[in-house]
Amino acid sequence: MALLEVKDLHVSFNTDDGAVRAARGVSFSVDRGQTLGIVGESGSGKSVSTQSIVGLARGGSVTGEAIFDGRDLLTMHRDELQKVRGAQIAMIFQDPLSSLHPFYRVDWQICEMIRAHEPRTDAKAARARAIDLLKLVGIPQAERRVDDFPHQFSGGMRQRAMIAMAMALNPALLIADEPTTALDVTVQAQVLRVIERLQNEFGTAVILITHDLGVVAEIADDVVVMYAGAVVETADRDELFYRNHHPYTEGLLRSLPAYGGERARLIPITGQPPSLIKLPTGCKFHPRCPYAFDRCRAEEPPLALVYGSSSHRSSCWLPHTVEGRESTRAQLLGGRTVG
Amino acid sequence: MARFLLRRIAQGIVVMILVTILVFLIFFGSGSQIDVARRLAGRNASQQTIASITHRLHLNESLPAQYWHFVVQLVWHHNLGYSYYHTQPVSTIIGHAIPITLSLAIGAAVIWLVLGVLSGVTAAVRRGSVMDRVFTGLALFFYSLPTFVLGLLLLFLVYFQLAKRGIRIFPGQGYTGITSNPLKWLESMILPWFTLALVSAATYMRLTRGSLLEVLGEDYIRTARAKGLPERRVIFRHGLRSSLTPVVSQLGIDLGTLVGGAIVTETVFGMPGLGYTAVTSITNQDLPVIIGIVIVASGSVVVANILVDIFYAVLDPRVRLH
Ligand SMILES: Nc1ncnc2c1ncn2[C@@H]1O[C@H](COP(=O)(O)OP(=O)(O)OP(=O)(O)O)[C@@H](O)[C@H]1O
Ligand code: SF4
Ligand SMILES: [Mg+2]
Repeated sequence: MALLEVKDLHVSFNTDDGAVRAARGVSFSVDRGQTLGIVGESGSGKSVSTQSIVGLARGGSVTGEAIFDGRDLLTMHRDELQKVRGAQIAMIFQDPLSSLHPFYRVDWQICEMIRAHEPRTDAKAARARAIDLLKLVGIPQAERRVDDFPHQFSGGMRQRAMIAMAMALNPALLIADEPTTALDVTVQAQVLRVIERLQNEFGTAVILITHDLGVVAEIADDVVVMYAGAVVETADRDELFYRNHHPYTEGLLRSLPAYGGERARLIPITGQPPSLIKLPTGCKFHPRCPYAFDRCRAEEPPLALVYGSSSHRSSCWLPHTVEGRESTRAQLLGGRTVG
Repeated sequence: MARFLLRRIAQGIVVMILVTILVFLIFFGSGSQIDVARRLAGRNASQQTIASITHRLHLNESLPAQYWHFVVQLVWHHNLGYSYYHTQPVSTIIGHAIPITLSLAIGAAVIWLVLGVLSGVTAAVRRGSVMDRVFTGLALFFYSLPTFVLGLLLLFLVYFQLAKRGIRIFPGQGYTGITSNPLKWLESMILPWFTLALVSAATYMRLTRGSLLEVLGEDYIRTARAKGLPERRVIFRHGLRSSLTPVVSQLGIDLGTLVGGAIVTETVFGMPGLGYTAVTSITNQDLPVIIGIVIVASGSVVVANILVDIFYAVLDPRVRLH
């Protein structure tokens, strides 16, 4: 049984301009110790989908199911959910400087986390654990640095400290929401290594949110691609990279230097993501899709199994066989090239 | 931290020097020595008094020399001058007024802080709720109410109406020293405290609400929730702590100026604090007392500002360790 199984999650926010439908029927699952990558452009609902299941998408109305370790997080009492947060599901975020409290020492912040869930741990033991954790994530001179304030740490060290805090109670699941986006390129890889190492050591499952398919290629077991608040394709990593089906995934991959062949520059998918208040009809990707045909504008494609696989799903009207998809694509493009 | 403190104190001293120069120029720098002596002596002063003033204040010397004497008296002898109207040293008069104004200012500040911050937190946490609207409405009401109207209103409703029914808890006028009778002191303070506090609490409520709302949107608040902390702790330890900065600055400004005299409140309630004394001195043309109060009031603003900066440094390590 999956550690976390999210089914048909809907999240919307009421705003003055209308209801923002940030998640529309999102489903995904993560097994123990596995890594799920969630990719998609900015605003596609990656953060909302993951934060709403632990009760952090405040002000949104949330429906659906999120079965974690046999219990539905969405119907759980808020006090119960509070006990799950931090202890069993930990989170780290994009900007490690603004995510740590500027007024408190790193030591204090980690100990607070430990003692909130294990009130019997005394101050000294908690501090010793904080130091061990900082050592574990590779902070040099941890005994001394533990007394620093976040602003005295470098960007990479702050994110390491966030990871140390997140791992303090040995959670079954770590949700890492763009943990490297705000960091220097050289530091990004180090931080990812730390996450990977701790994951292997503790058997933690990880949901890794990113816009960077390169990161996903490195450490994800399975991948979910989101577009405009919905999952448009999901598959295991190799399948997604080598036999992707959805034109949006194809576009994301083409924007990767490694897949673009000779071109080192990123090629963004042309056009803008749609407004989540007034969504397009039919397939939400059709205004930007190079293959869009009549049916795409009229009917929204279901997230269905493709290529005869038992786990690879795509929400696209293109034929669900490799040959069918290829010939239809070629036909629709009519000699044009994409990119 | 020590460097920071020393720098702030040095700045404070510079400000005080500038203030004394300004005061000196305004009151001593214009007109002949006889004019100055007359001004200081007040109405109906004898020739003899004027002569003695001219001598005591070295009015026949150059302006810089006069200023030097003025400062030496002030700093070394804590001598703020002499009131010929009251035939008392100014420092004695101010010395009597300060405890009254301090009781008033500190007591009122405690009340408005508690009322303002707590209602501000409630309004921010339950943003858009009935509570929020009620508090915001009340704040607007008290905010737009002039102090003297509120003071008179409290006098009418709480003092006069009760007195009419034979209940005399609060005296309508006057002040009893805390050392002579603590209970009577408390009774005499309550109405003035609330007069001052209700008007200010409105400001603090709005400040706290706005500042906390902003802080609650910060990433580290999301982290605090993600850590599984109880919501109460998230709001107070993580949220309120960071949103106190504007509240503390406002408190510094308010306390600093209040010590200079809560003129309206003291006048409405007939409390001989600094404000009341300043007003009567102006009516009596008792210039030495006015000069003394100006200096004490500026001093209190300067000290309050230094205290605020120290408090910032205590509150925010980024200021302390920059
Ligand atoms: N509290 C809120 N009120 C209104 N709209 C919101 C709220 N929170 C999120 N949204 C909207 O929901 C949509 C999805 O946001 P989300 O943060 O999940 O995107 P994302 O995929 O994580 O993007 P990014 O890569 O930029 O982090 C966005 O359009 C955002 O504006
Ligand atoms: S359904 Fe049509 S528009 Fe949508 S992705 Fe597939 S081909 Fe493109
Ligand atoms: Mg996000």
